[in-house]
Amino acid sequence: MIEISHVDKWYGGFQALKDCTTSVAKGEVVVVCGPSGSGKSTLIKCVNALEPFQSGQIILDGIKVNDPKTDLPKLRARVGMVFQHFELFPHLKIIENLCLAQEKVLGRSHDEAMAKGAKLLDRVGLKEQARKYPAELSGGQQQRVAIARALAMDPIAMMFDEPTSALDPEMISEVLDVMVDLAREGMTMMVVTHEMGFASKVAHRVIFMDKGEIVEDARKTDFFGSPRSDRAQKFLSKILSH
Amino acid sequence: MFASFDFDVIGRSLGYLFFDGMTFTLTLTGLAALGGLIFGTLLALMRLSGLKLLGWIAGLYVDLMRSLPLVLVIFWFYFLVPYIGQWLTGSSRPIRVGAFTSSLVTFVMFEAAYFSEIMRAGIQSISKGQPMAAQALGLTYSQTMRYVVLPQAFRNMLPVLLTQTIVLFQDTSLVYVLSIPDFLGAASKVAQRDGRLVEMYLFAAAVYFAISCVASFGVRRLQARIAYVH
Amino acid sequence: MNYHWNWRIFWEPAPNGTGTYLDMLLSGLVLTIETAICAWIIALVFGSVIGVLRTLPSKTASRIGFGYVEFFRNLPLLVQLFIWFFVLPEILPRSWGLWLKQMPNAPFYTAAIGIGLFMSARVAEQTRAGINSLPRGQKLAATALGLTTAQAYRYVLLPMAFRIIMPPLTSEFLSTIKNTSVAITIGLIELTGEARAMQEFSFQVFEAFTAATVLYLLVNIVVVTAMRLLERAIAVPGYITGK
Ligand SMILES: Nc1ncnc2c1ncn2[C@@H]1O[C@H](COP(=O)(O)OP(=O)(O)O)[C@@H](O)[C@H]1O
Ligand SMILES: [Mg+2]
Repeated sequence: MIEISHVDKWYGGFQALKDCTTSVAKGEVVVVCGPSGSGKSTLIKCVNALEPFQSGQIILDGIKVNDPKTDLPKLRARVGMVFQHFELFPHLKIIENLCLAQEKVLGRSHDEAMAKGAKLLDRVGLKEQARKYPAELSGGQQQRVAIARALAMDPIAMMFDEPTSALDPEMISEVLDVMVDLAREGMTMMVVTHEMGFASKVAHRVIFMDKGEIVEDARKTDFFGSPRSDRAQKFLSKILSH
Repeated sequence: MFASFDFDVIGRSLGYLFFDGMTFTLTLTGLAALGGLIFGTLLALMRLSGLKLLGWIAGLYVDLMRSLPLVLVIFWFYFLVPYIGQWLTGSSRPIRVGAFTSSLVTFVMFEAAYFSEIMRAGIQSISKGQPMAAQALGLTYSQTMRYVVLPQAFRNMLPVLLTQTIVLFQDTSLVYVLSIPDFLGAASKVAQRDGRLVEMYLFAAAVYFAISCVASFGVRRLQARIAYVH
Repeated sequence: MNYHWNWRIFWEPAPNGTGTYLDMLLSGLVLTIETAICAWIIALVFGSVIGVLRTLPSKTASRIGFGYVEFFRNLPLLVQLFIWFFVLPEILPRSWGLWLKQMPNAPFYTAAIGIGLFMSARVAEQTRAGINSLPRGQKLAATALGLTTAQAYRYVLLPMAFRIIMPPLTSEFLSTIKNTSVAITIGLIELTGEARAMQEFSFQVFEAFTAATVLYLLVNIVVVTAMRLLERAIAVPGYITGK
């Protein structure tokens, strides 16, 4: 589904990704972890071409992302993305947040988009909030809306960039529950998170990144059992000690 | 296209344009900025003094000035200054006031309103701990302002104050409405005398543009330096 | 003071045969408002486009925007009006220049366009600041959903940016109204111009200027109140703008 091979990415003179190679199969859930600044966000932004990269290639469902002929808006519409700070559009009602791209990008009719939006809001347990504005919802609710907004596009894969790290502790589980359901339904997912509980519950593989490199790329049981690298071991002991 | 134009007219009138016109413009700009800053700071202090009446008067003055077009204010003071002079000197008739004095009074009074808003923002941007620390050391209110608060406010706001001065420099051209020979007035006089409007106005534009550009470039450099230090 | 006040002057007929002095001032006020509104429309349209250009990733676009803003900001408004009014007709091809010179209401059109372009540079700066004040993630989120850059600006960035910059835009609109008085130098007899004319006809300087002052203050109050109402009407529930 997602093939990342030998990707290098520079921000000016700073190399954010170094020869990154990995893949995500259809229906697979991959958790990406690593210290702050290690390039996790950059990697998943490259997957739907939110960030250009200088060398290597990424192939998404058979389409080359860094091909100048690729229709990027169309490609991006097929990959759902959930951000750390939700990034709902504050001037639009919840339901309008869900409809905007369905209508403008996919060309769905307003009624069709509304129906789809309502169904997804129901699914994340927020049917009652449809007519509210984002600022009137709690962080956890906003993040669930953001997930519903991404799902409304019928994505073939979902990217999550630290979806729970801006949330108050008591709201984390409501978001993780939605993600777990999604994973169990067979959605292809790349999830940047430090929630190791989530990883051990639904992840198939864990990728550990440090300083722009993929240091470890292992099956979940192998990763938690005995990480091969010192760096991953250190990192794990740090976050698990809490 | 420019064949019928005579750009020599600029060369012939350079002396008049710069020694008379530009000198007037720059002196007016400099003195008005200085006077406006002093009066404006005073107004800002009045507004922040916590004394109701004083704050109200200053606020009213600032709002009034900022609601009026500069051209109208120029006319106001042009006719008002002789009477103010009469009142100040106790003479029996409105006194005669020169073009420069009248313009200077106008711009000091007008710019003070704008400078006061900048200084007020500057004073408010300083953390409350600063005046508290100063007063804990035994400084009086005026010493606190003079030695602790105002210098910091001035330094923080310097780029904004300078930008406002560039605006002031451009605005002085409006004394044209009183037929005063500032730089633009001088250019205009030559233009009309010799029938060389195109040449003279383009030249005046180029000069204003060059000076403003260089000045705003300087302000940007300063801003970057300040940002770098902080 | 040996100045003879005569507040009844406003109801006396003005020598230019258009009614009383008050009528004269009010017709000036109408012209001020008309000019300001036309200029403001131009300022908003050009200013938004240039402001957006300055926030695009393309170096060329932001350079064009920068050049535009610098050009209109570094020339006194009066000089800009002189260039549009006196210089432009001379340097255009002869027939165009002639057409410009013979255009009726030339001072009005020149003022509306000249002041509009002058103000557009300031609107551009506000627009740019508004867009840049939005979290970077907003553009990313819009892009990630598949919106094109144009759609992201149209549906996501600009609606929020304009809400945020409403207060500074209000004061720019007030500046536009005040700046129309500069056009008396090219023969536009707006409010300040009519007050000046009244002073010349009647010698009642201070009455004339007081009346103009009061009218400007009224306009200010009306505009500020209207903009507050508008701001409240388009405010996003729960969203706190500014600090
Ligand atoms: N727009 C950018 N410009 C320059 N450097 C950036 C930019 N975005 C991220 N970086 C740098 O790239 C590195 C990786 O960033 P990121 O992928 O956000 O890390 P992570 O998500 O793992 O915390 C960091 O060192 C960061 O400073
Ligand atoms: Mg990150």
